[in-house]
Amino acid sequence: MFQRLCEPREPVSFDFEGEMVTAEAGDTVAAALLAHGVGHNRRAVVSGDRRAPHCLIGACFECLVEIDGRPNRQACLTTVRAGMRVRRQDGPAKVKNGGGE
Amino acid sequence: MNMKASFDDSVELAIIGAGPAGLAAAITAGELGVKATVFDEGSGPGGQIYRAIEDTGNRPERLALLGEDYAKGGDQVQRFRASGCRYLPGHGVFDIAPDGGLGVNGPDGARWIAARRVIIAPGAMERPVPLPGWTLPGVMGAGAAQTLLKSSGLVPSTPVVLAGSGPLVVLIARQLLAAGARIAAVLDTTPRANFMNAAPLLPSAYVAGNDLRKGLRWLREVKRSGTAWHKGVSRIRIEGDEAVEAISFSAGGRSQRIACRLVLLHEGVIPNVQLSMAAGIEHDFDDTQWCWRPRADAFGRTGVEPILVAGDGAGIGGADLAADAGHLAALAVAADLGRLAAGDLETRSRPILARMRAGRRVRRFLDCLYRPHQEVLAPPDDETMVCRCEEVTAGELRRVAAMGCPGPNQAKAFTRCGMGPCQGRMCGLTAAAVLASAGGRSMAEVGHLRIRPPVKPITVGELAGLAGVGEPPAGAPPMPTGPKDEEDA
Repeated sequence: MFQRLCEPREPVSFDFEGEMVTAEAGDTVAAALLAHGVGHNRRAVVSGDRRAPHCLIGACFECLVEIDGRPNRQACLTTVRAGMRVRRQDGPAKVKNGGGE
Repeated sequence: MNMKASFDDSVELAIIGAGPAGLAAAITAGELGVKATVFDEGSGPGGQIYRAIEDTGNRPERLALLGEDYAKGGDQVQRFRASGCRYLPGHGVFDIAPDGGLGVNGPDGARWIAARRVIIAPGAMERPVPLPGWTLPGVMGAGAAQTLLKSSGLVPSTPVVLAGSGPLVVLIARQLLAAGARIAAVLDTTPRANFMNAAPLLPSAYVAGNDLRKGLRWLREVKRSGTAWHKGVSRIRIEGDEAVEAISFSAGGRSQRIACRLVLLHEGVIPNVQLSMAAGIEHDFDDTQWCWRPRADAFGRTGVEPILVAGDGAGIGGADLAADAGHLAALAVAADLGRLAAGDLETRSRPILARMRAGRRVRRFLDCLYRPHQEVLAPPDDETMVCRCEEVTAGELRRVAAMGCPGPNQAKAFTRCGMGPCQGRMCGLTAAAVLASAGGRSMAEVGHLRIRPPVKPITVGELAGLAGVGEPPAGAPPMPTGPKDEEDA
């Protein structure tokens, strides 16, 4: 749905659901996923419907994902780091015993 | 909830936000010897309007697309960098107390900050546009698409339908076309009656406003590009199963449908009031801009003494007015702290106030012309999702209104509307409007959701790491050992 004006000059790679995604250094996770063609990043907590980034300035919380085991991260406010592990958040965040931190 | 235990750090002036108002406040504070610390959620200075401006300096292809109004932010940011302030990007403020105490969460964890004075400069967000199908993947704010262009050089690769009203629709259409995107159609929802209401304000706005003339020139450019421009659009529905497949609407008495995968919505911007509300500042409902705004004097001073407000967060005026408001707020703080004589405050503020009066004449015209249609404010279709987080529809809100539910705080308890992670940012105004129209009352009567800290989500671990949290008060007997209680959050 989105394409880049130019190819990344400083590529950074991270893992999304087991797949390698290449972004531009400085991209937010939300922008990187949209540029990669990821259609949805979470499922709504009641209906389970697919949701995707909506406001991209940290207001709507639609872009919530799990990053390196921590749920409820705002993908639009998080800058990509090489090697980070990003997962979709399906429904409400799970509270893990001893996890999440 | 008073979450504060003890302070980790104290600052003379805390500025929240590094957009036009925050940058200007820091520049003026630095010049007058007030030690400012700037907290900003973003990763670089500039706010949303000048977002990624420092990175764009070495990306001429983006700078050319975004235009001179964006480029001029570079100058502001340079002066900000030279101002001597302490600048903390990636820091969100999750709590603010009426005494100027701040809860700040950054890459190194959460801290309590004591501030002698605070300037809240949180800027604006796009007004949520609730209509059937607006939660589908493929529906975004028009400003969101602009953000992707500014910060990552992303351009829609599929034909876009741009739906809504306001000066930003024209600007974004022009930028997208320049970036090579295809616009399937612009659906202009500006109510026809607005042209009549705004017409009397046009002469004074036209004299005062270069921006207005520029906007008209852009509008002619977009229309000349051959972009389909539908006027008087209403009854928009976005269709699709798991993502956007089409948009249908009514225009000129005729129903139409356009197949598309990306819809960008825009009905103007509204102040970010979470922090000013959490601080206990009085707010008034602005019927023309159709939003809440903190009550403040010309310098941004509020009824909560150490806290001032500046920029679009105090009422929408745009980047230039926001910068002026930031300068004024910093002048008031400097005078208050004894760094500026009363006579100098008067001399320095007079030309700024005069410039702002001219700017407001243009704004009043735009506010009147682009006042959103009633169906955008209180969606008529029962199926329309109002609270995106907890999935509460307009019909559900009307049902509790009929049961006697008087306002958004009670509706929250009945339906969970406003209880999700966005904390009512996306649904607060709409929920109140649905209840107001169901009960035949005004927005001021219905009121707004009570905003409580933390205004941004914070983990229990981050809370537990704060100074004083979990430690017994002085003189208290030692706690018995056993399973540790979690913070009473």
